[in-house]
Amino acid sequence: MFGWHGKILRIDLNRQSFEIESADTACCRKFIGGRGLAGYFLKEYITLPYDAPEMPILFFTGPLVATPSPTSGRMTIMSKSPLTDTIGDSSVGGSFGTMLKKTGLDGIIITGRSDLLCGIEIHDASVRLVSAKALAGRKISDLTRILQSKGAIAAIGPAAENGVKYANIIIDGHYAAGRMGLGLNFASKNIKYITVKGTGKTEVADPVALKQAGEDIFRLVSASPALMGDYGISRFGTGALYDLMDARHMMPTLNFKKNRFDHAASLNAPAYRNRFIPKSTGCRGCHIRCKKTASDGRPLPEFETMSHFSALIGNQNMETVMAANHFCNEHGMDTISAASTLACYFELAGKHPASENIIALLSDIVYQRGTGKQLGKGSARLAEDFGFPEASMTVKNLELPAYDPRGAYGMALAYATASRGGCHLRAYPVGHEILRKPVPTNRFTFAGKARIIKLQEDVNAVSDSLTACKFIFFAASVEEYAKVYSAITGLSFSGHELMKAGERICYQERIMNTQNGFTAKDDDLPARFFIPQVNNNDAYQPPAINRTDFLAARAAYYVVRGLDENGMPGREKAQELGL
Amino acid sequence: MVDIFKTYLDTMARNGLIDSGNALMGLADATLDWNRPDDPACKKLSPLFDHLNINALIFARPAEPYWTIINYLAQVSIGPITPKDCETRTFLHDLPITENLSADTLIPILRHRKSSIVKDHGIVTYGTVSLEQPLVTFSSVCFACFVKFFSDMLAETKSGNMNTVKQGILESVTAMLPPPFEKNPPALSIGPFTFEKEVLQGVCEAGSQVVNLGLVDSSFGNISYRANDILYISQTGSFLDDLSGFIDPVPLDGSSCTGITASSELSAHLEIIKQTGCRAVLHGHPKFSVILSMYCEVECCEHRGNCHRACPHARDACSIPIVSGEVGTGPYGLCRSVPKALKNRPGVIVYGHGVFTSDHTDFNHALYNLIDIERQCRIEYFKKINMMAY
Repeated sequence: MFGWHGKILRIDLNRQSFEIESADTACCRKFIGGRGLAGYFLKEYITLPYDAPEMPILFFTGPLVATPSPTSGRMTIMSKSPLTDTIGDSSVGGSFGTMLKKTGLDGIIITGRSDLLCGIEIHDASVRLVSAKALAGRKISDLTRILQSKGAIAAIGPAAENGVKYANIIIDGHYAAGRMGLGLNFASKNIKYITVKGTGKTEVADPVALKQAGEDIFRLVSASPALMGDYGISRFGTGALYDLMDARHMMPTLNFKKNRFDHAASLNAPAYRNRFIPKSTGCRGCHIRCKKTASDGRPLPEFETMSHFSALIGNQNMETVMAANHFCNEHGMDTISAASTLACYFELAGKHPASENIIALLSDIVYQRGTGKQLGKGSARLAEDFGFPEASMTVKNLELPAYDPRGAYGMALAYATASRGGCHLRAYPVGHEILRKPVPTNRFTFAGKARIIKLQEDVNAVSDSLTACKFIFFAASVEEYAKVYSAITGLSFSGHELMKAGERICYQERIMNTQNGFTAKDDDLPARFFIPQVNNNDAYQPPAINRTDFLAARAAYYVVRGLDENGMPGREKAQELGL
Repeated sequence: MVDIFKTYLDTMARNGLIDSGNALMGLADATLDWNRPDDPACKKLSPLFDHLNINALIFARPAEPYWTIINYLAQVSIGPITPKDCETRTFLHDLPITENLSADTLIPILRHRKSSIVKDHGIVTYGTVSLEQPLVTFSSVCFACFVKFFSDMLAETKSGNMNTVKQGILESVTAMLPPPFEKNPPALSIGPFTFEKEVLQGVCEAGSQVVNLGLVDSSFGNISYRANDILYISQTGSFLDDLSGFIDPVPLDGSSCTGITASSELSAHLEIIKQTGCRAVLHGHPKFSVILSMYCEVECCEHRGNCHRACPHARDACSIPIVSGEVGTGPYGLCRSVPKALKNRPGVIVYGHGVFTSDHTDFNHALYNLIDIERQCRIEYFKKINMMAY
């Protein structure tokens, strides 16, 4: 096989055994890799509790990884989410995916539970299970320093070890496999870290065609204002979106009570750039290099973190945002969920503490002290505990990111239908609703959005499975990536055939969520978005979404996706997709 | 839905892409709607929505002279048509041809490309987000074929390969061209503009004129004006003749990133105003300027094939410099070549792409120069092929 190695490593922590399993070629074609293949291997276990020993954690690369394909350095980590109970996957950058592929593996499946805190060390064909007892409670930067000679690192920090529901796995010290609480899956198996170092190569079927296809993509990327423009994410990082969200009245402020932030102009990406003189870094295989690191070594916050640790919680202190971002990263905790849970708590408690107290609260969460125990469960459970669930701005228990859906109706629908909960990345309508790519759409209408969201979900499932970075799809399309895929694998695939695989992957995830009891009632937004605000003196008052229109759009989505009126998958559609 | 179709039909007609109302448009959400549900082509094209991952489709016979040009190229082309202009190179790659209007023949083609020319029928294009995508593609196909047709004819003439059939088609297409530009363009608002309202009005007015005069199709080109240390520039993907609400203010001190939605040529505009000190910048795609930019008499050039990126020769058309440069900010980005070449010149032609002009006060001189460059290039083109009908 070209592109894939056809080998998957199975690690059973109960028996402390390692086996190489052959990957079925037909299965690789059907599910591509990354998110698609990981979902295929997860599905028979999906009804188990997230912390059952049999519940696997899956690390999967895709056929593009470790080749010269643009933005091919990503991979997927997947299990059942402790936070949402949905399928829990995260596409993550850094060098882990590339290194894993260089060992000659397409993926790793880990089951069982180690008796003691352990590390897994992979070096080409060698796999070792080692004690990590001495590393218990250690922070990410410590682990990175200690383990850096062993290759790429996937590790958890104290947040996961202490049971925080939105704990992350951190790759190479800086890249978060975030949102789903996958750090807790690691902790439930008593894994502190995995390192991987590989020296092999991935064979490419047609290197000349790959070079040509890559050049076509590079040309499109160069022409993209959002990626490579003077104010694009290559220069400013994802924080480049901060000004735009405020200007479009879409910046979630004070737990989504407002949609503009008075202090946005002084907390935008140019302000960070001026203050921290950042350097650009990026994932393996990517020339966009959107990650920014301050001269003191701390990573600059991504857009969501910038926005939520400022506007959402009412903080106007830039250093607090930097410190909160650094703290969450160091302790392995999701910044979006942490900030949103704090915002929910501030609303419930009726207070907004001084910015210096933010870090103390984050510390309480990580170390499960006082209120931190409640906060560590996420905002949905917190709001339930307070008897006011409406204060939790979540979908399927996943805290919403920094795009107010009242300013972009495609985003509203995308939040509701995303298979991992309130996620912006499943369909990412920001591309056409805000960044005007591939063409602009009217952000204040649901008309036509059901099919658009379904198609974009399919595209992003392809992107997560190849694997490639979603950002590059602001510029290129599956048409160009089909050429890359065909050149690497030697299989003749069109963009539309890849999209069929994307549809299959999305439908499979729908089936898994249905098996865990998710229905249409879960494909919904917080009630706040449908209720007109009453303060008529506030110029930044978000307009309510018309609930009837929303429900009609959701019903249309179900039709387009091949689901019944309750959002349930059907046998006929599943068979059509080969599931 | 009717309003949506009308908007796009009007835009296509206004740009001379179709005769008024003469396009079939389909748009799908949970159901598929057509602007002309009784058109027999609906039945033939509906399966495309089932077999391709699309939500929008346009099928139309282009207006003249595009249709004669496209049909001719489709007849004589062996395999897909391969124009070398910037739009094709960047976005379309090549232009496939099908023999008949049926789903069975179109689906395999459209799995790989955004459009197909259907011999003797028209162009089929699709989108995955809105009707704007097939509209832009349709426009690109028309532009690319126009440029290729006249480029090919020039090359045939110069190489002595013209025959009566080619000459006949050239003459018939030429007879359908709009009349040449008058030397004096319509007057625009007098600058310099100081207040934001004046700037926005001035930009909208000039944008409309550039489209109305046929110097660019409305979904291409870009325009900017500098006032009070802010560059006001058309947004990416905006319609140049409908810019109200689609102009980004970009602070020149770099204090805001709102310019992330600005035109993909923002870098070029910023560099132009920085290097020339001008206030107004216009960028259009006038066709004969583009055609002449691609005509090169250097024989056996070792850089052939790389002309659009890095031609080392100093070239001009009608004394207007021709430079290499790709869209955007890449290593061969036109933001690196255009500003320098524009200093003290009425304009610059970018190889296979379009023309930049600028002015220190308002858009009057920039528009005049854009028109004059195209007028001269058209005259020069027909001189080169020994035809007087310009």
